[in-house]
Amino acid sequence: MDFYEFAPYAYFFLIVFLVVGSYSYIYHLYKNRKDASGVDYEHYSEMALKDDIGDTPVKPVSRDKEK
Amino acid sequence: MENRPLEYDYTVAKMFMLTTIVLGIVGMTIGVFIAFELAFPGLNTIFGAGLAEYTNFSRLRPLHTDSVAFGFTVSGIFATWFYVGQRVLKVSMAESKFLMFIGKLQFWLYVIGVAAAVVTLFMGYTSSKEYAEFEWPIDIAIVIVWVLWGVSIFGLIGIRREKSLYISIWYYIATFLGVAMLYLFNNMEIPTMLATSAAGETNIGDWFHSISMYAGTNDALVQWWYGHNAVAFVFTVPIIAMIYYFLPKESGQAIYSYKLSLLSFWGLMFVYLWAGGHHLLYSTVPDWMQTMGSIFSIVLILPSWGSAINMLLTMKGEWQQVAASPLIKFMVLASTFYMFSTLEGPIQAIKSVNAIAHFTDWIVGHVHDGTLGWVGFMIIAALYHMAPRVFKRELYSKGLMAAQFWIQTLGIVLYFTSMWIAGITQGMMWRAHDEFGNLAYSFMDTVDVLHPYYALRGTGGLLYLVGFFMFAYNIYKTMSSRPVEESELQNASPMGA
Repeated sequence: MDFYEFAPYAYFFLIVFLVVGSYSYIYHLYKNRKDASGVDYEHYSEMALKDDIGDTPVKPVSRDKEK
Repeated sequence: MENRPLEYDYTVAKMFMLTTIVLGIVGMTIGVFIAFELAFPGLNTIFGAGLAEYTNFSRLRPLHTDSVAFGFTVSGIFATWFYVGQRVLKVSMAESKFLMFIGKLQFWLYVIGVAAAVVTLFMGYTSSKEYAEFEWPIDIAIVIVWVLWGVSIFGLIGIRREKSLYISIWYYIATFLGVAMLYLFNNMEIPTMLATSAAGETNIGDWFHSISMYAGTNDALVQWWYGHNAVAFVFTVPIIAMIYYFLPKESGQAIYSYKLSLLSFWGLMFVYLWAGGHHLLYSTVPDWMQTMGSIFSIVLILPSWGSAINMLLTMKGEWQQVAASPLIKFMVLASTFYMFSTLEGPIQAIKSVNAIAHFTDWIVGHVHDGTLGWVGFMIIAALYHMAPRVFKRELYSKGLMAAQFWIQTLGIVLYFTSMWIAGITQGMMWRAHDEFGNLAYSFMDTVDVLHPYYALRGTGGLLYLVGFFMFAYNIYKTMSSRPVEESELQNASPMGA
């Protein structure tokens, strides 16, 4: 099988992979609702709404915690 | 000094706001002029036959496309990055002398690059690749500017206080990586001074002239992989970055579904890169690749509408804000035009539709409802939101903004409807034939029929340009309008009557 024969098959399986991948991702997001650190995904919207420099970060970087 | 509370530093954002407006005026003015040249060809020699070289359509067209794409839009992307980036990462540019220096350096190199691009294109120096016309020394300057922007992005991320990256930051990073990859690969070129011809000549042409490293169909494939993804990573991805920040912030509403924003992001990233083949339907590229271009274009509706619907639903229960605020109007209509053009594009990418649409004015119409409606409106809205915050003053006039909105909306509608009719008429006339297969119309027959639509298109463009001057004036006057307190800047932007 040369490249030109291989490419259309690769393209077909890429589409299958993308469909499976994206549906798995939707399932993962809606099933867990929270990310690995326990923050609800929807809570991340606050990053835009509370964005003054003095506002508390949704998830502060660790060096701030150490202080 | 030491006791002064830390504040965001918008110096670089302000610099790029200026180039957004100036280059917007330049690009759109040229656009309107060349639109009228198509309707009234006498304009091609408006300053006499001697200067026709500089005033004809073909010389000015790349100046129009490049100055609105790489001038107006890219400046808008930089301006909003240097505003949004600081705020959602909760870190000030004032905290890093290095990043401030890099930001300013990026701005001044950008200005030099733009000046070089404008002068060389005006003089007729071009590498002849659409949206990649610049000769190699300018390409190198552009790469340096882009790398500096990357240093700003990742530098700011490196000193952030907010650990998670807001969805807009993902989109800005994707813009940076996407354009870097596309620009490098499409502009692989060989300076002709280094080449030797078959006849043994060396040092061919000007020192700055180059030819593409690819040839024939391969060149076309790489070019349209680039060309279409320039639409993706200049006209779509960073504009989504903007709307995901500015619409929630201005309306005070959280994004309808943050999960949907993540899903749409990955969907867009995976799908967009494969759609460029739809520019080459019925050409010499392999048939399966054309089919792939078509199918991925249609699949692209899903992530595009995912973002657009997410934005419209963010206004759920708050639709009175759309009526009350011209600033929200701009963003809601931008989102609507995004939905509209991301449905229209896939339809045009269907092979049988493309057989009529390709090479016609319908394509021009499609590009412009996307760029004028989605890109233009969103950047205008972003700058309107930023102006009171960077100048600490209320927006000069709400009435003027509302008038601008309606004038520009009318302009866009005139533009795309005239191009629809012109394009489909053109496509049908080109294909028409008699029972023996002889073409029913000559090219000039189509030109005669299209003339009124070209005049209407020019008028639509002119209305949009008038609105853009109103925008520039409004921002200019904002710099000296009523000072505002920080408390007035939380959500809805303060506006004078």
